[in-house]
Parts: sequence; structure tokens; C-alpha cells
Amino acid sequence: MSSKQAGGVPYTEFHPRWHRTRVSTFWWLGRWPYLKFILRELSSISVAYFVVLTLFQIGALVRGPQAYARWEQALRSPLLILLNFIAFAFVMFHTITWFNLTPKAMPLRVGGKKLPDALIAAPNYILWFLVSGIIAWLVLRT
Amino acid sequence: MQRQTNEPFFWVLFSGGGVVAAFFIPVHLFLFGFAIPLGWVAPPKYDALIALLQHPIARVYLFVLCSVPLFHWAHRFRYTLYDGLQIKHLNALIFSLCYGGAVVGTVVAGYLLWKI
Repeated sequence: MSSKQAGGVPYTEFHPRWHRTRVSTFWWLGRWPYLKFILRELSSISVAYFVVLTLFQIGALVRGPQAYARWEQALRSPLLILLNFIAFAFVMFHTITWFNLTPKAMPLRVGGKKLPDALIAAPNYILWFLVSGIIAWLVLRT
Repeated sequence: MQRQTNEPFFWVLFSGGGVVAAFFIPVHLFLFGFAIPLGWVAPPKYDALIALLQHPIARVYLFVLCSVPLFHWAHRFRYTLYDGLQIKHLNALIFSLCYGGAVVGTVVAGYLLWKI
């Protein structure tokens, strides 16, 4: 066997060592776009938290008026209220970033001209306000 | 040949859950999370909420509200763990925990809403 392979690259017996610099676990703390990305991804924890909270609420409703009264009392704890404030902030971050992605996912052209991003995202916000209003009305009317 | 994967299926659940979460979760979390507990608005009566839940549309709505966003969470959280913490070698474990959790949540939601 010749010591040279076709193409003139010298043959080495061992696999070359990769040159890879180790990326820190906290690489996302360095720059705002990276941090924004991770915060957006972490908003999913608030989404899961909300579902767990809602399942407990439905469970209390199923068990009867006393159980639901206890649940309402539990929700007045300052710790849960603080947690819910934080979760709400993250969920809002999810909503806004999600709506603002629409122009990127679905760029629209009218008469050969690209529609401005804000115009494509706007229907999302309008629909969101309407839907939120209807749900709040359904829950709060008595 | 391109390898066949289930990735598109999970991605559809992810984006569907993202839409449901974006549109519906803020108002629920605002009302039940702190507006009602802090007394900003009058709390709905137990009977009124039960009456609302008697309606099939409300139950289907709550089922979707609880189920699909969990799959959204499973997808995002899985990749957050992969990328954020660089623990791709725990792939199978993380996958089972995330999607397993979403399936458990879906079953619990179905069971509770069936019982009302």
C-alpha cells in the first residue's frame, strides 16, 4: 500500500482529532437574541404549568362545591399569585412572539408587493382580543 | 433516500398547540390566576361554572385547551433541554418523559371532562 492516497492527501493511520471548541452550557446568556430564544422556549413550561393548574381546577369542580371553594381559597395564596404572574408574563411572551412569526411563516404579496409584517400579524391580535373578550364574558357573566 | 421520521407529526402537534396556547391561555391565566383571586373581578359562582361545563362545546374546548398545548410544551421543552443544556445523549429518556407527560395530561383531561 502506498503512503499516499489518490488526490495527494497523505494517509494517516489514525483518525484526525476534531478541532471543536467546547460551547458553554450558558452560551445563551451572552447575547439578547440568544437569551430571547431561550426565554421563548422556556415559555413552554408556563404553558404546561397552566394546563396542570386548569386540570386541578376542573378536578375541584368535578368533586363538588366544597372542593371548589377550597380550590378558590388555595388560589388566593401569595405564592400561587406570584407564580401565576410570572407564568402570565411568559405566556404573553409566547403569544406575541408567535403572532409576530406569522409574516415570516406566511409572507403575503398583493399586486407583486410584499405586505408589511405588521399588517399580516394584525389579524392575529384582533382575533385574540375578540376571543379573549368572549371567554371573559362567558366566565364572568352571572 | 431520505429517512422516514415522525418529526412532521410532532411538529404539527407543536404548532397546533402553539396556536391554541397563544390565543386562549392568556385570558384564562389572567382571570383564574390572579384577577379573580385578587378580587379585581367578581368570582363566578360554582353553579354557573358547572352549567357552563354541561355544554358539550365547553368540554371539547377545555379538552383541546388542556391537551394540544401539552404537546407544544413536550416539543419545545425537549429541544430546550437538547440545545440549552446540551444533553442530546439522554434523547430517549427526555423524549419519553416529555411526550409521556403530554399523554398522561390528555388522559386526565379526558377523564375529568367525561365525568362532569
